[in-house]
Amino acid sequence: MKHHHDHSHDRSFDSGPPSEYEIMSRAIQELLVEKGIITPEQVRARMEQFDADFPYRGPRVIAHAWADPGFKARLLADGKRACAEFGVDLEADRLIAVENTPQVHNVIVCTLCSCYPRALLGMPPTWYKSENYRRRIVREPREVLREFGTVIPEHVSVRVHDSNADMRYVVVPMRPAGTEGWSEEKLAGLITRDSLVGVTVPKI
Amino acid sequence: MNLPSAYTEAPARRFNVGERVRVKASEPPGHRRTPHYVRGKRGVIERVCGTFANPEELAYGFDGEPKRVLYRVRFEQRELWADYRGPEHDYLELEIYEHWLERA
Repeated sequence: MKHHHDHSHDRSFDSGPPSEYEIMSRAIQELLVEKGIITPEQVRARMEQFDADFPYRGPRVIAHAWADPGFKARLLADGKRACAEFGVDLEADRLIAVENTPQVHNVIVCTLCSCYPRALLGMPPTWYKSENYRRRIVREPREVLREFGTVIPEHVSVRVHDSNADMRYVVVPMRPAGTEGWSEEKLAGLITRDSLVGVTVPKI
Repeated sequence: MNLPSAYTEAPARRFNVGERVRVKASEPPGHRRTPHYVRGKRGVIERVCGTFANPEELAYGFDGEPKRVLYRVRFEQRELWADYRGPEHDYLELEIYEHWLERA
């Protein structure tokens, strides 16, 4: 998993005690194991199955959008259809791709739960699901972005997208300068999961 | 703004892109998909997403009928948060079902 920056989300984002639901779900899991209905191996295997079912394909799609302006336009117009054209089946997900420009920076959250374009980006990182991120990114996005090392200039419009209903979202970051002539594979190597949620921007 | 093609049609919709709307300030019990922080707030229709089974019904095992038109609504952050510290061109966008919206 590509996820490199210099602070620990797990600690800085959810410092409080586990929620009632976390405690309940943990208790149910422990009871099921104790009664011999499931084994910890089955739980782990199921989690691995989730990763296998939803491979992390976002960087290839976005690199293709960077390399092919026509594809990028189609991705912005209809994310699901463009991904299908590229051979990526998003299954039930309807996808809205939002483009970063010199004037606009986009960032995604789901304040109600943790909706995430799993068919494109795989399982969400822990911080995305944290109450701290969900609560703060909608009301002080610039401060939260700064904690991710992303400083958005005053003149740039910050747009927060709360993925609260039937749409899923992905950010199309700006292609870094100095990558002219790069292959799509090399471009994809610049694109991190965090940059597709909008908390960071790709850099050379 | 043209409606992207794979979105379901919503010919019977009440609102169009660019129209000013207000989210109802009601507090009904049960499973709701309209976050509290936008209730009673004014915004602008950003796009029409199509027609969807009503999740507030699906949540209780009903069939989600009648289907509801889903919109993306753009809010100025300063409308949402009186103490917002960023510039006036910061926005928040989210999806609201038609029965939660009224003309502003």
